[in-house]
Amino acid sequence: MAKKHEFGLLIDYEYCTGCHTCQVACAQEHDWPAGMGGIRVSEIIQKLPKGKYYLTYLPFPTELCVLCKPLTKQGLEPACVKHCMAGCMQYGPVEELAKEMTKKARTVLYVPR
Amino acid sequence: MNNQGSHIVKTTTWSPGPGCHGGCGVLAHIKDGKLVKIEGDPDHPMNQGRLCARALAMTQYVDHPDRLRYPIKRTGKRGENKWQRITWAEAFDWIEEKMNKIREEHGPESMVFNVGTGRDIYAWVCMLAYAYGSPNVMFGLSGQACYGPRLSAVCTVQGDFAVFDAAQWFPDRFKDPRYTPPECMIIWGYNIHATCPDNQFGHWIVDLMKKGTTIICIDPRLSWFASRSKHHLRLRPGTDSALVMGFLNVIINQDLHDKRFLERWTNGAHLIREDTSKLLREDDLTDTGSHGNFAAWDAENARPVIWASADAAYRDNQASPALSGQWDVLLASGDTVRCHTAWDEFCREVNTYPLERVEAITGVSAKEIRAAAELYAKSKPASIHWGVAVDMTPALTPLVTGITALWALTGNLDIPGGNVFAKFAFDVVSYALPGTTGPIGLKSKEMDKPRIGADRFMPLNKFYWRCQTDVTLDQIFTEKPYPIKGMWIQTAGIMQGLGMDPKRWKKALEKLDFVVAVDLFHTPTTQYADVVLPAGSFLEKDSLRSWWVPLQTINKAMTVDECLPDMEINFELAKRFDPDYKYETLYDLYDDILKPSGMTFKELQEKGWAYPPEGSSSCPYRRHEKGLLRSDKKPGFRTQTGLFELYSTLRDEWDLEPIPHHEEPPFTPVSRPDLAKDYPLILSTGRRSPAFFHSEHRNIPWLREIDPDPLVEIHPGTAASHGIGNGEWLWIENWMGRARYKAKLTPVVPEWMIMASHGWWFPEKEAAEPSLYGVWESNINQLIPMNHHGKDGQGAPIKHSMCKIYKCSPEEVNHG
Ligand code: SF4
Ligand code: SF4
Ligand code: SF4
Repeated sequence: MAKKHEFGLLIDYEYCTGCHTCQVACAQEHDWPAGMGGIRVSEIIQKLPKGKYYLTYLPFPTELCVLCKPLTKQGLEPACVKHCMAGCMQYGPVEELAKEMTKKARTVLYVPR
Repeated sequence: MNNQGSHIVKTTTWSPGPGCHGGCGVLAHIKDGKLVKIEGDPDHPMNQGRLCARALAMTQYVDHPDRLRYPIKRTGKRGENKWQRITWAEAFDWIEEKMNKIREEHGPESMVFNVGTGRDIYAWVCMLAYAYGSPNVMFGLSGQACYGPRLSAVCTVQGDFAVFDAAQWFPDRFKDPRYTPPECMIIWGYNIHATCPDNQFGHWIVDLMKKGTTIICIDPRLSWFASRSKHHLRLRPGTDSALVMGFLNVIINQDLHDKRFLERWTNGAHLIREDTSKLLREDDLTDTGSHGNFAAWDAENARPVIWASADAAYRDNQASPALSGQWDVLLASGDTVRCHTAWDEFCREVNTYPLERVEAITGVSAKEIRAAAELYAKSKPASIHWGVAVDMTPALTPLVTGITALWALTGNLDIPGGNVFAKFAFDVVSYALPGTTGPIGLKSKEMDKPRIGADRFMPLNKFYWRCQTDVTLDQIFTEKPYPIKGMWIQTAGIMQGLGMDPKRWKKALEKLDFVVAVDLFHTPTTQYADVVLPAGSFLEKDSLRSWWVPLQTINKAMTVDECLPDMEINFELAKRFDPDYKYETLYDLYDDILKPSGMTFKELQEKGWAYPPEGSSSCPYRRHEKGLLRSDKKPGFRTQTGLFELYSTLRDEWDLEPIPHHEEPPFTPVSRPDLAKDYPLILSTGRRSPAFFHSEHRNIPWLREIDPDPLVEIHPGTAASHGIGNGEWLWIENWMGRARYKAKLTPVVPEWMIMASHGWWFPEKEAAEPSLYGVWESNINQLIPMNHHGKDGQGAPIKHSMCKIYKCSPEEVNHG
């Protein structure tokens, strides 16, 4: 059976700092006006025991993410992955990324639309 | 995006527009003269292909419909937004005529040259001011409270500045075999990843964390780094100096300090007279002795030995000076005076801060302070990096020198992974930071005499080449000792960004005869100018970047209508104001600035960037041991004594406290319990956003979308007790005034404090008064006074004031 959704994005959300670079990189690459774009970053604040909190920034690929086909076809990285300030995004075949995931906690794998 | 037909220009960021402290390598894709795409340069060692949201948004910035595109002259009243287009020739002629008149009638010092935060602009504003003959270059913050004070405090005790080591000195970066990552790093009052201030790429710290560096975070706010830290010391704002004394207390009393460094490289053994509490100097001991030489006690031979500062050595090199003890010393006058060592004095001060006291002042538990101090001191190597919070307090020098003492006494100075001397690459200086001088200077010392505040504030007098901002503002009104008649404001926002008590700045501008503004967009401040000149972004200029390492060029990629880069504007006027101006073209000046590197501008431009080789003063490590810091090539530091001064000889001369200590800031619940009754919450300002550079970028859609409203962070419990819900509008108010903010309910701030963002104005609102782009609606600086700078003229209470909050009425919400 042909693989329909072969590629994905792996995010290491331990290191995402919420810098919003991915969001603007996507908007620039695909000429999206403000308010639209392939990726959004949300903030999650989780209370922990002993009065501590854990702050997570989580990028989420939207309905508009096309996995940067025009770039990846040329062997280039997606705009968001390339510019990510924390170097916490990877693009690649889902199977390889899934293997990567087994080595590192606090990761999430996306297979966008 | 279709980039066919475009060409790529490789360049470097560093500019006032957009505000960027610079250094990233970028690739600008240009098609038909327009920017169609910008990306990080994967080959550049600083950012390795990464790039921030602000730089990526350049495609919306550079050709923005609101860019100022040609010179304009005011036709209406100030603030009426009535302008007439003029040519550059007309603009230059008119400015020349008006400023010449001021110079003839009142002297060149009657023109003040106002700059914003430290981007490449300082070099070019100084170039113009100095060619005109004015020493009054002004950074608009009260107490100049950003970076410069920190630099001058560090220079005071160790001669050269130091920063955390992320292998930024080497083209191979982390792969360089000389480098070791820190085991532990303290991030002190710094939300660095949101920006990259002070010439550090914020995400380098993330790189280090991936390499295993443990983080200690000192911040009242739970920053992203704090939530990833081993210890988060959540101190009450303004008590950092008490915390640093607590750290020193733990380190010294648990014997965790580096005794070799203490003995060999500090002035701990130097003697202090108990009668005057001043350092014992050679001229106290003999009539022919030098005032610049000091004395220690040779315990073996029971006699004083002289520290010859010029040689950076004891005169008798067999001497074994004692670090601790009390002795009677015979003076030249025949009297005997009791003396003890500087180290004893330092320890005595440190011992007045037992951890219980530090806990009471800072609110951080003694247990946590001890654990963090031990972790820092036992980690080898360890580094500290600090943010503007350390400048934004009046007693910043006692704080900053305490932090420098930490890295020195733990043996972390100029070692791999420690705090490393930050020197200009190849000694090339364009922007002379405190402690340095470059080819751009006033023609004579005499011309520097009228510099405002330099007579009474010694750091400014000695090595920080600015006028004192608070005194300058006063002088505009008092006209004493001489009147200020005009102001040149370049890519700076005194009303919307830098100015505390901004309405007073507005009144000051109203009073001036002549105001020039140079900027990329209209702002509330440009609306108060008589003529506005359109500046270029970094993509529109050929320039160079020399701020630590590497040395880089900035390469022109495009032009936008009639906009001119800052330095071209200023160079033209510099030549007009100084008929003997040394340089024919800007490139002659660049070549002269670059001379110490042995490269011309063209040669450097071909390389793109250059790293200083091993053995040069701008290449680490252990340069004080190798004699790479001082001009005489002797081992030691670039201080008066040649030593790391635990006891500052300069501050001893200036009658200021020579050792670190805590001073309670002027507006806290502790110093002003009377005000605390009406204003129970601590107000901290300057919440950073990754979307904006200070007051900039509110007009860039991709960025504004990230942070659409002026936000204040409030703890959910505090908000609930005030009946304020998430996203609701409220007033923040104190005895100075009020500002309207949108509540962000979040536990990242403690219950007793709110954190307001700064630099808010609304480019989309009416430009003309009374709106003035809505600048008075949400400008938090309206709650912060001027004139509370520190004793040395530096620092200001910007991050710790007091306030109350209450919900806006529905009418007030709809109104704006
Ligand atoms: S992969 Fe491409 S399209 Fe998808 S979010 Fe990233 S930049 Fe946007
Ligand atoms: S660019 Fe990277 S670090 Fe920044 S918000 Fe996106 S995923 Fe997070
Ligand atoms: S703001 Fe920082 S990350 Fe962005 S371009 Fe400038 S130096 Fe680079």
